[in-house]
Amino acid sequence: MSATTVPPSDGMPDGLPDAPMVEARGLHKVFGHGADALHVLRGVDLEVPRGAVCVVLGPSGSGKSTLLRCFNELEEITAGSVHVDGERLGYREDAKGVLHRLHPTRIAAQRSRIGMVFQRFHLFGHQTALENVMEAPVQVRGLSRRAARERALELLDRVGLADRVDHYPVQLSGGQQQRVAIARALAMDPDLMLFDEPTSALDPELVGEVLAVMKDLAASGMTMVVVTHEIGFAREVADHVVFMDDGAIVEQGPPAQVLDSPSEPRLQEFLAHVL
Amino acid sequence: MPAETARPGTALPEPLRARPVPRPGRWISGAVVLVLAAMVVNALVTNPNFRWDTVWLYLRDVNVVRGVGWTLVLTFGSMAIAVVLAVLLAVMRRSDNPVMRWVSWVYIWFFRGTPIYTQLVFWGLISVLYPRLSLGVPFGPELLVVDTRTVITAFWAALIGLALNEAAYLAEIVRAGLGSVDAGQAEAARALGMKEGKILRRIVLPQAMRVIVPPTGNETISMLKTTSLVVAVPFTLEITYATSAIGSRTFQPIPLLIVAALWYLLITSVLMVGQHHLERHYGRGVAGGSGGGRRRRARPSGTGGPGGGRLGRQAAIQRAGTTREDPFVEVTP
Repeated sequence: MSATTVPPSDGMPDGLPDAPMVEARGLHKVFGHGADALHVLRGVDLEVPRGAVCVVLGPSGSGKSTLLRCFNELEEITAGSVHVDGERLGYREDAKGVLHRLHPTRIAAQRSRIGMVFQRFHLFGHQTALENVMEAPVQVRGLSRRAARERALELLDRVGLADRVDHYPVQLSGGQQQRVAIARALAMDPDLMLFDEPTSALDPELVGEVLAVMKDLAASGMTMVVVTHEIGFAREVADHVVFMDDGAIVEQGPPAQVLDSPSEPRLQEFLAHVL
Repeated sequence: MPAETARPGTALPEPLRARPVPRPGRWISGAVVLVLAAMVVNALVTNPNFRWDTVWLYLRDVNVVRGVGWTLVLTFGSMAIAVVLAVLLAVMRRSDNPVMRWVSWVYIWFFRGTPIYTQLVFWGLISVLYPRLSLGVPFGPELLVVDTRTVITAFWAALIGLALNEAAYLAEIVRAGLGSVDAGQAEAARALGMKEGKILRRIVLPQAMRVIVPPTGNETISMLKTTSLVVAVPFTLEITYATSAIGSRTFQPIPLLIVAALWYLLITSVLMVGQHHLERHYGRGVAGGSGGGRRRRARPSGTGGPGGGRLGRQAAIQRAGTTREDPFVEVTP
């Protein structure tokens, strides 16, 4: 498969062709105020090139999920900047250098180009698999129900669930739910897909089916940022592996280098525990 | 391994046949209750003071049936207004805007904290308090002026009084319902680029309905009987006032009280059936819920992955009849 499944975003200011898809600069995230303040991200710089798969590893509490959530503004960043496809998320700088918060409508439009897959799936419980996948194209893009339905059936077929389209989420296994969730995100033709520990809530025998869909997606040229503990997936699919600890990137590079000859003692210790 | 034992034979095994545990207590208590029930029925039927012939006569009286009509109009009219107001109040309670949260809190505090009877008297007196209603700039010119009595008639005073009071109670029910929906649902919708209003309408409210409907059914049944208080306005056409008026005119208050009670019972029974169907509808997509109502169920074919047969299993358990499924069970949060 080629990159045909990722059509160019229309009506959006495209960055330079060689600009990274994701660019985080000096990213800080603080939860709470004063004495209760929790400094979760401490100055993260990260670039993910177009079409690359970036896997983020790290012990729990290292800030990797928060980092991912900053990439589609589910968390409002405290300091720094995030650009996706050359466009700054959440803020606009005017000619005088004054920063303006974007209108919620604009932020929603930015989010609609970034797909997100959650650890706990979060499929809409009152809708069937098909309705879940159709929801955003119809409600956000204004696609006709007929067109959305056709596309949704295509996507559900692609994730191997053609025979489950009329099932409600409770009638599906965890692996099936997660595959519907991936189809739901893909239905918006995103430029970027974010995966927040997509297999952590799954029974071991169901992990493979989700990883297979993700591998297929990576092969199709989708830009992906994946937070996971699946070292095998990182080794096989990632172009770039990032290791985070205590809110900062400790080590990064190609998988072979990071996973096989880690220089950081904290990473060595982490890999010893996970492998 | 216990899972293996079911495999080889395709036929279901013969269920165990055993003598039940003797339970003489059951028979004795059952008999006692039956005798007591028979005594009650006997006391009702044979006592001539109840005048069952009069009850039957007035059950179909034109004034009584018209009273039933007005009672229904008041019940459904006020509930409809109250539901809309309640959703608004519940959303305001969750708003980022402190003014909205505060206004909603004060509204609920006031309308729940004062008796409905007092509120109805107040609405009846509104035309004394404000003889003219005017629309205009505060402290400035008036644009539209009307006589209060022509706009807020006794019927409207009763309807508004009931609706505003009920909205306060329903708002708390709706708030509990909205709170029952996992925050991940709204987050997933947000990540797809949906705006807040649409998330509420399309994602959160439909799932909150499962929690909202049962107590709202309860409130509707309660409202049916609360309408008898509109005599405080005074509005005098609904069933309780209509029957008691006939009762005092004919010097037969008891039979006419029974007439009213029988009508209330009949309407309540119909409402309970309606509630049952509403619950089924909004229970779809919930494990163990009697989901599926309007929609098709899961196809019985298919390979049935883990959890895939969950609803079918639940249905089978219910079909076995060993569990109680009570359509009239009332749930309050």
